Amino acid sequence: KKSRQTFGEKINALFANFRTVDEAFFDDLEEMLIESDVGYETALKISDALREEVKLKNVKRTDEVSQVIVQKLVDIYGEAGEKEDNTLHYAEEGPTVFLFVGVNGAGKTTTVGKLAHRLQSQGKKVLLAAADTFRAGAIEQLQEWGKRDQVPVIASAAGSDPASVVYDAVEATIAQQADVLLVDTAGRLQNKVNLMKELEKIKRVIQKELPNAPQEVLLVLDATTGQNALSQAKQFNETTQVSGIVLTKLDGTAKGGIVLAIRNELHIPVKLVGLGEQMDDLQDFKPDEFVYGLFKG
Amino acid sequence: MAFESLSERLQNAIGKLRKKGKVSEADVREMMREVRLALLEADVNFTVVKDFVKKVRDRAVGAEVLDSLSPAQQVIKIVNDELTKTMGEAAAPLNKAPHIPTIIMMVGLQGAGKTTTAGKLANYLMKTQKARPLMIAADVYRPAAVDQLKTIGQQLDVPVFDMGTDHDPVDIVKQGMVQADLQKNDYVIIDTAGRLQIDDKLMTELANIENEVHPTEILLTVDAMTGQAATEVAEGFNKRLNITGVVLTKLDGDTRGGAALSIREVTGKPIKFTGQGEKLDQLDVFYPDRMANRILGMGDMLSLIEKA
Ligand SMILES: Nc1nc2c(ncn2[C@@H]2O[C@H](COP(=O)(O)OP(=O)(O)OP(=O)(O)O)[C@@H](O)[C@H]2O)c(=O)[nH]1
Ligand SMILES: Nc1nc2c(ncn2[C@@H]2O[C@H](COP(=O)(O)OP(=O)(O)OP(=O)(O)O)[C@@H](O)[C@H]2O)c(=O)[nH]1
Ligand SMILES: [Mg+2]
Ligand SMILES: [Mg+2]
Repeated sequence: KKSRQTFGEKINALFANFRTVDEAFFDDLEEMLIESDVGYETALKISDALREEVKLKNVKRTDEVSQVIVQKLVDIYGEAGEKEDNTLHYAEEGPTVFLFVGVNGAGKTTTVGKLAHRLQSQGKKVLLAAADTFRAGAIEQLQEWGKRDQVPVIASAAGSDPASVVYDAVEATIAQQADVLLVDTAGRLQNKVNLMKELEKIKRVIQKELPNAPQEVLLVLDATTGQNALSQAKQFNETTQVSGIVLTKLDGTAKGGIVLAIRNELHIPVKLVGLGEQMDDLQDFKPDEFVYGLFKG
Repeated sequence: MAFESLSERLQNAIGKLRKKGKVSEADVREMMREVRLALLEADVNFTVVKDFVKKVRDRAVGAEVLDSLSPAQQVIKIVNDELTKTMGEAAAPLNKAPHIPTIIMMVGLQGAGKTTTAGKLANYLMKTQKARPLMIAADVYRPAAVDQLKTIGQQLDVPVFDMGTDHDPVDIVKQGMVQADLQKNDYVIIDTAGRLQIDDKLMTELANIENEVHPTEILLTVDAMTGQAATEVAEGFNKRLNITGVVLTKLDGDTRGGAALSIREVTGKPIKFTGQGEKLDQLDVFYPDRMANRILGMGDMLSLIEKA
């Protein structure tokens, strides 16, 4: 409740700048939404809904209007996410596996490193699987994170079959009775059919050993990405049934508005956000803060 | 692609206009709406779209279109024309220093493709000019960034200068230049750490490297999937450094790549290369006309003009 109020206050402050609610006001609103990468359609949908609402309630004073708008925005956001759950799911019994997928350079390996640190500090026994055997230095990068986090990394030689690394890692997880296995995979563009098939295979290997795993398939999205993120979400969802999104690089100037369109169309919730390159720069997703962020500066 | 192409959009407009023959200013306005939409959906920055559409509209409401018997065809021509022009008329080659070595510095946001492109450029220079490049590992922040560049160096048989991660990047670059002089390398490619353009401390570090060695080329590396933030990013880097060119990476994906237009528009710097894959030979020189067509989804533009 508290955060919603703060969010409302912040939005109020923003709307206080507008003296009257005329067409120019809605144009500005639309522009702000487009500039946050929500996409033209979504921006239009939202501003139309707000326009309708303001008319319906027949409000004229700006302070009233801002309240209506805040409420409506939160509603629009909440509606699309009604049956969604932005918490991470763990196995009720036995080991949990999270599979990380996404395009090149989105922040998969870094997120694995950050999350391992969080889980480790919660007292969980964590293992990492270096299933990016393709990119130069990828294994070393994850091993470096393993060292920082003091978490063991299951790896094989560069160029080896990623599915067999994953198999080894799942076996190790079971043998060592670890709580969580985080699987880092190679970046791949969603239109590369063979590489997408490789991901399918990795998932099958996990499921063969642990039928209820992976408990999460996390699509890592760079907040700087524009409309292509929707295509990423669609394609990765088709091959691996994505259960959640990690929105990285929100410490930059990009707002990551495309996740609104993804939420509307595919109903995939954001679960984590990346706010920097350090171990602690990982947070749970807070919808209100995010919506507010769409309108900031 | 999920989006309708501009040609598809304008096809409807053509249908309507054909019946009427000549067009009014209102018709032009309607067509401009379609142009604007197509550009926004391709991730061209909002402000850039505004300016661009105005340019096109000004030309369109001129006699050129209003008096034409095939106005939609004219509009497509103008759009394509203006877009190609904005993108830079011809592929711009790499600058060469009057004395060796030519120094190329890679800069950009995290994960854009700097390290990979450094390797691709070394490969390209060896293939096209029998060059003897040296790469300098000046990213001391990202875990295993040095290992990544060294691995790429091994794959290409190109020497990599590094001092581990316990030294100041400015010092590393200075020492690397000494080695390049000793070994008479004709090209030096400096790989720097990814950073946000709003990170003042790290941007100063880049400016210090620039002041120290005065690179011949400072290439801003940008992910082709970048959205609206492309202008801020390009402006941020361009303000602090003398950017000489742009590399647009990951064009092997299915993105429209509207960021290319945004970056061109705000920096005025040429896009010199495009990344077409993860492998070290997947680098291409930049073709403005192809990029224009891609942004507008106008693969079928020529056939449309013939039909119109
Ligand atoms: N500023 C910022 N940088 C980040 C964040 N997350 C990751 N990065 C940086 O982005 C770059 C790419 O991150 P990686 O974790 O290597 O990305 P990846 O998806 O594993 O990349 P590939 O394996 O090459 O596909 C690195 O320089 C990271 O330090 C974030 O939340 N904020
Ligand atoms: N598909 C594709 N992938 C690319 C291309 N260029 C780079 N990559 C991939 O993008 C990811 C990031 O590339 P890097 O070269 O590590 O990027 P960087 O800018 O050096 O990253 P940081 O040093 O962390 O800032 C890697 O997985 C590369 O293989 C390209 O043109 N196409
Ligand atoms: Mg990785
Ligand atoms: Mg790098």
